[in-house]
Amino acid sequence: MKDNEARQVGRQIPITSDLDIVEARMAARTLAAKIGFTGANLVMIATAVSEVARNIVEYAKPGEVILSVIENGPRRGLEVVARDNGPGIPDVAQAMVDGYSTSRGLGLGLPGSRRLMDEFYVDSKAGKGTTVTMRKWVPEK
Amino acid sequence: MRVPILKQGDYVIASIQSALTDDDLIQLRDDLAAHVGKYRSKGVIVDVTVLDVMDSFATRTVRDLAQMVRLRGARTVIVGIQPEVAFAMVQLGLELGSVATALDLEEALALLRYEGQ
Ligand SMILES: Nc1ncnc2c1ncn2[C@@H]1O[C@H](COP(=O)(O)OP(=O)(O)OP(=O)(O)O)[C@@H](O)[C@H]1O
Ligand SMILES: [Mg+2]
Repeated sequence: MKDNEARQVGRQIPITSDLDIVEARMAARTLAAKIGFTGANLVMIATAVSEVARNIVEYAKPGEVILSVIENGPRRGLEVVARDNGPGIPDVAQAMVDGYSTSRGLGLGLPGSRRLMDEFYVDSKAGKGTTVTMRKWVPEK
Repeated sequence: MRVPILKQGDYVIASIQSALTDDDLIQLRDDLAAHVGKYRSKGVIVDVTVLDVMDSFATRTVRDLAQMVRLRGARTVIVGIQPEVAFAMVQLGLELGSVATALDLEEALALLRYEGQ
């Protein structure tokens, strides 16, 4: 996070089951709409949140999704942090490749979410859990 | 949240009413496959108009459903994918593969009738 950015935590959602995935993406959509996102951007945010929340349920539960409003000068955005203390991802670069999955999934959750958001960071080590941070900025009018 | 399944002649229509969990989606897939087996339906229509997200799990489950239905000799048509949802699906890298889509129920029924000839 750069010095000139400010952050205000909006919601913190514990993630343990598939019900929480729905809760997290609805909360993200609601908060995103409140700060000025519309239309396709709302769907893109909700979809990315769904993917990272599901990864927690699938590989690393329990975890949490933290939604924050961020500001950089006049710009506002939404920050999503998906965090767990699960097994971690041994090779993050590999996990970011389209189609890579250890679970018979489509292997699109991480790389796809990166395309849906403006910024995307994965911090993970084998045995140390995973933190995915992603941001999207409200488009300027 | 169970999805109501409506038998209409040779076809079966499932209209999703609200956001679905992963378990709900699996349940819907299995219910529809069982229905097709039991009633020898020729086509399945799933109305997803209210869904505001089609993520990788939902897409995979829909594709699996279509596959199970095809093995029972019937066809699947997905109805009502919102333009914004379709846009996000493309960004994510998702495709419905060979699953047919239609804009509304009428078009879906026309498609199934046409293919059933
Ligand atoms: N929170 C996590 N903890 C541990 N491993 C993870 C986590 N998130 C992702 N992974 C690993 O990274 C791989 C890629 O994740 P990604 O979400 O891109 O695909 P997937 O979950 O396998 O399939 P899809 O999301 O398309 O259904 C996973 O198969 C899993 O091995
Ligand atoms: Mg995934």
